[in-house]
Amino acid sequence: MASTVFCSIVSAEQEIFAGQVEMVVASGTIGELGILPGHTPLLSGVKPGPVRLILEGGEEEIFYASGGFIEVQPTSITILADTAMRADDLDEAAALEAKKKAELELSDQRSDIDFARVAADLQEQAAMLRTIQKVRNKKH
Amino acid sequence: MANAKELRKQIGSIKNTQKITSAMEMVAASKMRKAQERMAKGRPYSDHIRSVIGHVANASPEYHHQFMVEREVKRVGFIVITTDKGLCGGLNVNLLKKVVGDIKTWSEQDIEYDLCLIGNKGAQFFRSYGGNVVAASSHVSESPQVSDLIGSIKVMLDAFEEGKVDKIYLANNVFVNTMTQTPTIRQLVPLDAEEDEGMKHRWDYIYEPDARQLIEGLVTRFIESQVYQGVVENVACEQAAKMIAMKSATDNAGDLIDELQLIMNNARQAAITQELSEIVSGAAAV
Repeated sequence: MASTVFCSIVSAEQEIFAGQVEMVVASGTIGELGILPGHTPLLSGVKPGPVRLILEGGEEEIFYASGGFIEVQPTSITILADTAMRADDLDEAAALEAKKKAELELSDQRSDIDFARVAADLQEQAAMLRTIQKVRNKKH
Repeated sequence: MANAKELRKQIGSIKNTQKITSAMEMVAASKMRKAQERMAKGRPYSDHIRSVIGHVANASPEYHHQFMVEREVKRVGFIVITTDKGLCGGLNVNLLKKVVGDIKTWSEQDIEYDLCLIGNKGAQFFRSYGGNVVAASSHVSESPQVSDLIGSIKVMLDAFEEGKVDKIYLANNVFVNTMTQTPTIRQLVPLDAEEDEGMKHRWDYIYEPDARQLIEGLVTRFIESQVYQGVVENVACEQAAKMIAMKSATDNAGDLIDELQLIMNNARQAAITQELSEIVSGAAAV
């Protein structure tokens, strides 16, 4: 049996996942991170995007995190997300619409929009869509 | 013996009070449910971030955030979270007693203190007790926003950065269950290292991308979440304590009414007996 490590995902609103996993794949600030049990201590930011957990026995579960921090200790992994949810709960239509709206706002050359905010919004929606895609790929 | 009319009036007024307290009990019970939910939701995050911060404080990082450096203590700061309204039993009193106890121990070592007060009751108390209040905010709603709280906290954190205070404590009530709330005082900054033997050796994280940026972000988030959780928890405590206080007030009113009813019945019976004996003795005299 593969070795496992305790992983918990918490958002400001609730604890989303806590349990033993074989591997965690998350999108860190400077790239994709794949973390196995016994990893050296690591502290990283998390970009909006999917968090993939390989559960004990090889089953896979996908979550969405909208940024935050990840702390890795040899015996535990903690993801402190700003907001997080189960990928299955994501609403594709809403994400698509929000993305379109953000793109529209960005292409609109008026000066009164908060550029940074809209750009962050766009990035977040795109990440949500990517997560949804991942879930779909897994199912097929 | 008291006369029956007076007693009846008294019973009436106690009944009215009982109606009010039982209504307040029910209001508190329903508010408590919501407050408890909010508290339970926020708890995992605040617990986890505290343990992460505990690890970070144990590490020997390449970058030392200001909030991680222990200094010689000359002045301490207290952030005291109390309720806005009263009628919640000994909740605030217990907390303030604990804070005052701590203040006294510091004073004995000639260490002064600053106060940052969230909630009306603390402000009222320290107005008469004295003490240097640097910031106060009240009328925190039942569903507080981090942005509402951060203003008054900022004063304290700025004072720490400027070296005016060397330690900041957060004092609030912690919700154990509906019957018990424990007043707690926890150190907020400098960050408190988690006691763990396994962490004693020298080690450090790999930081991605940059230690300074990461730790700064993490520390800010930590303080926000601790204060937010403190306030949310205090709201849950307030409603629970209020519910219990109002329940016992309603019960007490009931007991009082029973007692008075008995006295009143006695008085009425005595009056009737007296009247009867007057009539009988009057008739016997004729």
